[in-house]
Amino acid sequence: MTHIVVEELAKSYRVAERDPGVFGALKGLVRRRTRTIEALQGVSFTLERGELLGFIGPNGAGKSTTIKILSGILEPDAGRVEVDGLVPHADRIKHVARIGVVFGQRTQLWWDLPVVDGFELLRDIYRVDRAAYARTRDELVAMLRLERLLDQPVRQLSLGQRMRAEIAAALLHEPRILFLDEPTIGLDAPSKLAVREFVKRLNRERGVTVLLTTHDMHDIEALAERVIVIGHGRVLADGTFNALRARIAAEQGPDDTDDQLPIEQVIARFYHLHGATEA
Amino acid sequence: MELARPYTAAFASRFLLMLQYRAAAFAGFLTQCWWGGIKVMVYAAFFRGATVTAPITLSQVITYTWLAQAFLALAPWGCDPDVALAVRNGSVGYDRLRPVDNYGLWYARAAGWMTSRAIPRAALMFLFAGVALPLAGLADWSWAPPPSVAQALLFAVSLPFVVTLSSAMVMLLNIAVVAILNDRGVNSLLSPLVIVFSGNLIPLTIFPDWMHVALFVQPFAGLVDIPFRIYTGNLTGGAAWAGIALQALWTIVIVALGRAWMARVMRRLAMQGG
Repeated sequence: MTHIVVEELAKSYRVAERDPGVFGALKGLVRRRTRTIEALQGVSFTLERGELLGFIGPNGAGKSTTIKILSGILEPDAGRVEVDGLVPHADRIKHVARIGVVFGQRTQLWWDLPVVDGFELLRDIYRVDRAAYARTRDELVAMLRLERLLDQPVRQLSLGQRMRAEIAAALLHEPRILFLDEPTIGLDAPSKLAVREFVKRLNRERGVTVLLTTHDMHDIEALAERVIVIGHGRVLADGTFNALRARIAAEQGPDDTDDQLPIEQVIARFYHLHGATEA
Repeated sequence: MELARPYTAAFASRFLLMLQYRAAAFAGFLTQCWWGGIKVMVYAAFFRGATVTAPITLSQVITYTWLAQAFLALAPWGCDPDVALAVRNGSVGYDRLRPVDNYGLWYARAAGWMTSRAIPRAALMFLFAGVALPLAGLADWSWAPPPSVAQALLFAVSLPFVVTLSSAMVMLLNIAVVAILNDRGVNSLLSPLVIVFSGNLIPLTIFPDWMHVALFVQPFAGLVDIPFRIYTGNLTGGAAWAGIALQALWTIVIVALGRAWMARVMRRLAMQGG
């Protein structure tokens, strides 16, 4: 069954600009200048229930924008988006009750509250039944090894500890789909492995549909059967990771089919070939 | 009950967290004692030298002043610092991911923030001005009880409306912060109006007679002047009920305004970077 349908999604932002220096500042007082950035220009894909999809692409390619549209935070300028039969921004309240989202660079837990107090607040905000909450929480605590963190205020957690707590927080209401925007950013190796292991189990054992963005190609290698490469707001490639590797090798020409090339280099070449690197 | 659960939880969580800031409450109390003392003495001098009869007695003004100092934290002095922080670090987007009415959630949080700051300060102030001063033989300068049971009951109706009205005003500031992505300018926007038009500076009834009606019906009167003049017995009967009705009416109007504005701002909200 199809879980996500995205067709010809487009979104542009306006950013303020001004010339440098005192003169630029004064000029900015009189005349504002804005520039339009095309974040997405016709992104299309579908995702089946229970799939695990990795989104990669250079900074500014439109990955986060896609996740924000899928989660209902942003409204697209054009195109069709449907998650579980709902249009995210139009049916926001109904939609967000069914999804879990983690933004790796933000925190959704309350800085001054102990982790478990934050969990309980989320339980009430999502109106989760108390018995169901206790069961889910205990499972998540065991899987993510949060036992010793529960009583600590969030501000005292290390980044790795916090990310595990963030992921648990996003799953307390047992969503059918999980969006992870750079969940391993800044984490040390053991924490990255723990996050990957957990996401894999969640997908395999619980059948939760997962869509994650990352810059860490090892995340993709370890997790995703399917990868979408996005650049300049367009889908550049959509398929298995091995197919992507083969395609890059083919595009490079026959004299350069070095299979031993580090994964980062493979991807960097692909971005470069498609002119997708950020301005 | 189940419907209100997210909002009551947000209120309670904020309330309990803020109660823990004992040092801040104590510092606020000391400042408010100091200002209260100065104001009370200024009023005494003012009333002694007055050539016309004031529309409010000195002992009423003194109690009014202590009440205004005690419940200072209930006025909309600035936006909710949590909202300002969320706007700065971008986690405001997470609030859009909750399956609740965003206005309601923030409103409940603002109300919890405000009441938890006010309660310890008001309790300390009562111990000082309502208990310690009379015991020290300074009953003339103290926070006196309401003149009748009727006034006490009217006050009990009016005080909660201070919270509903003030939270609605704080929500306007919160939304302004989201719209312009900065809290400093917004926070200095409302304060001067609040100081003068709420009756925080002087009871509104001390202003010239021709201004009374206009001052009574404007929204800020419901924050200080109406509830505390009811307490002191300066606003009674039908006028007191009219004051309470105005508090309720302004709450409804400002909530409606805030909701409409928030819907517009949230549609435009772009969660930048990341």
